[in-house]
Amino acid sequence: MSSETQKILTTDGVPLEVSLKKAEKRNKIKAFLLVAPLLLFLLITYIFPIAEMFTRSIDDRMVTNMLPKTFKSMEKWDGKELPSEEIFKSFYEDYKVLVEKKEHGKLGQRLNKEKNGFNSILKRLFRKISRNKIDESASIKEQIIGIHRHYSNVDYWRAIKRTAPPYTMNKYLKGMDMFLNEDGNITQVEEDRRIHRILWLRTLEIALFVTIFCFLMGYPIAHLLATLPMKYSNLLMICVLLPFWTSLLVRTASWMILLQQQGLVNDFFVLIGLVSDDNRPEMMYNKVGTYVAMTQILLPFMVLPLYSVMKTISPSLVRAGKSLGGTPFTAFWKIYFPLTIPGIGAGCLLVFILAIGYYITPALVGGASGTLISNQIAYHMKTTLDWSFASAMGLMLLTGVMVVYWIYNKLVGVDNIKLG
Amino acid sequence: MSKNPEFVKFDKVDKSYDGKVLVVKDLQLDIAEGEFITMLGPSGSGKTTCLMMLAGFETPTNGEILLDGNIISNIPPHKRGIGMVFQNYALFPHMTVYENLAFPLRVRKVDKVEIDKKVDKALSMVSLNGFETRMPAQLSGGQQQRVAVARALVFDPSVVLMDEPLGALDKNLRESMQYEIKHIHESIGVTVVYVTHDQSEALTMSNRIAVFNDGKVQQLSSPADLYEKPVNSFVAEFIGENNTFNGEVSEVSGNKCKVKLSNAEIVSNAISVKSKGEKTTVSLRPERALIEPTEKMENMFSGKIEEVIYHGDHTRVRVNLLGNPEFILKVPNSTSNLELKVSQEIKVGWNSHDARALDPK
Repeated sequence: MSSETQKILTTDGVPLEVSLKKAEKRNKIKAFLLVAPLLLFLLITYIFPIAEMFTRSIDDRMVTNMLPKTFKSMEKWDGKELPSEEIFKSFYEDYKVLVEKKEHGKLGQRLNKEKNGFNSILKRLFRKISRNKIDESASIKEQIIGIHRHYSNVDYWRAIKRTAPPYTMNKYLKGMDMFLNEDGNITQVEEDRRIHRILWLRTLEIALFVTIFCFLMGYPIAHLLATLPMKYSNLLMICVLLPFWTSLLVRTASWMILLQQQGLVNDFFVLIGLVSDDNRPEMMYNKVGTYVAMTQILLPFMVLPLYSVMKTISPSLVRAGKSLGGTPFTAFWKIYFPLTIPGIGAGCLLVFILAIGYYITPALVGGASGTLISNQIAYHMKTTLDWSFASAMGLMLLTGVMVVYWIYNKLVGVDNIKLG
Repeated sequence: MSKNPEFVKFDKVDKSYDGKVLVVKDLQLDIAEGEFITMLGPSGSGKTTCLMMLAGFETPTNGEILLDGNIISNIPPHKRGIGMVFQNYALFPHMTVYENLAFPLRVRKVDKVEIDKKVDKALSMVSLNGFETRMPAQLSGGQQQRVAVARALVFDPSVVLMDEPLGALDKNLRESMQYEIKHIHESIGVTVVYVTHDQSEALTMSNRIAVFNDGKVQQLSSPADLYEKPVNSFVAEFIGENNTFNGEVSEVSGNKCKVKLSNAEIVSNAISVKSKGEKTTVSLRPERALIEPTEKMENMFSGKIEEVIYHGDHTRVRVNLLGNPEFILKVPNSTSNLELKVSQEIKVGWNSHDARALDPK
């Protein structure tokens, strides 16, 4: 049989496939138009900023643009001996342009980061140029070396060459307390200056423990919510959600009132004789405060997914487990618990991801130990204005979250997540 | 080995959930070893509550439940050794068929070889060999149901409870499962307590049926007795079809009585009437009333046909008889059948022993 005879036609004589495609196409366009605003919104608010963040974090074109001639003449320089007259001359020309444009200060700051002392020797060169003391007909190399002996130190020229590529990993290395040393190797910073690594670990630790605490507290609550009769469970649900509807700052402030040394909790401990009046424990401005406040704030994010999963588990399953001879614990552990894993996964993932990016609450109640990586990002965004470093750390945080998500996907499977 | 006639015993059991309403009232019920007993009743009649008390998920408010002579009211469900098939099967969705069946054996610390043997045996009992590695979601409703039955039996319990296990199946499957469960019961001789609201299911499967209404057992007897000899109006109404006449007793003589209706008097079996003047409801099965009877019968009346419904093997005829417009007759489809037409006047007759004067409705 030939394919011609197999072709099914509609009553109008149009091939069925064509007709179907036509009919479907209209629906597809409609569906796309419906989601288009959301797509656009996501593109503008999410994809573009992340792309922008990424370019900013690796962007190092400033010096490249400031010293175009220098880098061009440096292309063939092997970096072992002192640069040739040509390189000195093009560097001098580039720098002169900068001086005319009054941009030489920026170059000094940038190069000083690469090699200490660079700023001061550049300032000397600046003074010579501004007083027109350089004789352009004579050897530039000799004149510059004459300004300061450091100009004859090959390390300084290597520093310039290192800044040649328009892109750099420096910000990322800095986020991990590492840097590229003069030989171009990745090196750790001195031990007493490794601040970021402490912050990363602290952030992970706090997020992990808050997730565990939320799970331990949220599981029984969610179970109670799912099994209580409607009229009680509604009330309990409101109690769970109430903090959700309160401003984050108000909640944090109320924890400060409760937990401080002269606070209500301590007063109560003294009242019932648990601690003596002059020996009140510190529950705030340390990790205890951070854990308590963050657990309370993030608890609903654990309870809600758990609740929605538990609600779907038929009570007859646990009954069946018991009637078949399982002790209440066996029935729970072998039957109920495995069925709640999708909820546990969703809750833990949510809480962990939220906790990893928290900074107001820990900063307010956590004291010195309340500085997390997000505080550091905010600090560089607002105070030092080192946006590229903030971007780099933000992206590192994002990568961390992605890794957690990936691990989770391997362990539980993302399809198993149930958010409600 | 003699069978214990009081293997399961409900002794004066009361149950109330809220302290105001009794869901089960003074229940007295003995179940013999190896018996298939069905608790039948409309929803809210207390039958499932009784089952849950036996399984241990509810505690009696008053009275005791005995299993093989031992009071079990204080024994938790998992130590009672009672198998149960739930309404929605309650198969563990995260376990395979094999794991579902092995669960009761594993918690009893049965060794691996024995588990394999027992699971295999239980699966062959419900003809599901080869399904061990399937997940419950991959099975059809009927197959899930069989797995649930096999799981309730795999650990050789002395009693198996079934809570409307066939409720979710379609009609044909339900019927074939009824026979299957009945055969399983016959072949292994386990005591089965079965709860349903479907009377035909109860009649097909049970040795005895306990009809529940309003927290009380209305009648406990064999399926035949339940249908032929209902002891009160509720049972007569609930089991099978029923024609009723409401009237007043005008005469009682021995086990017969005369009941005066508004325009006639009928002779009937005196079941729950004692004396003249009592109000009563007379119950008569549709198939016991004959149309145009050839021989003389104690009750003979004429009425007008209101409706004729063809049912294939029989024809249902609705007649307005003695002031009851809902009187139903079942006329078997035979060659000698009469031409029945609406608004035709016909004679209807029945014998007094087929009519039962019961408590008034």
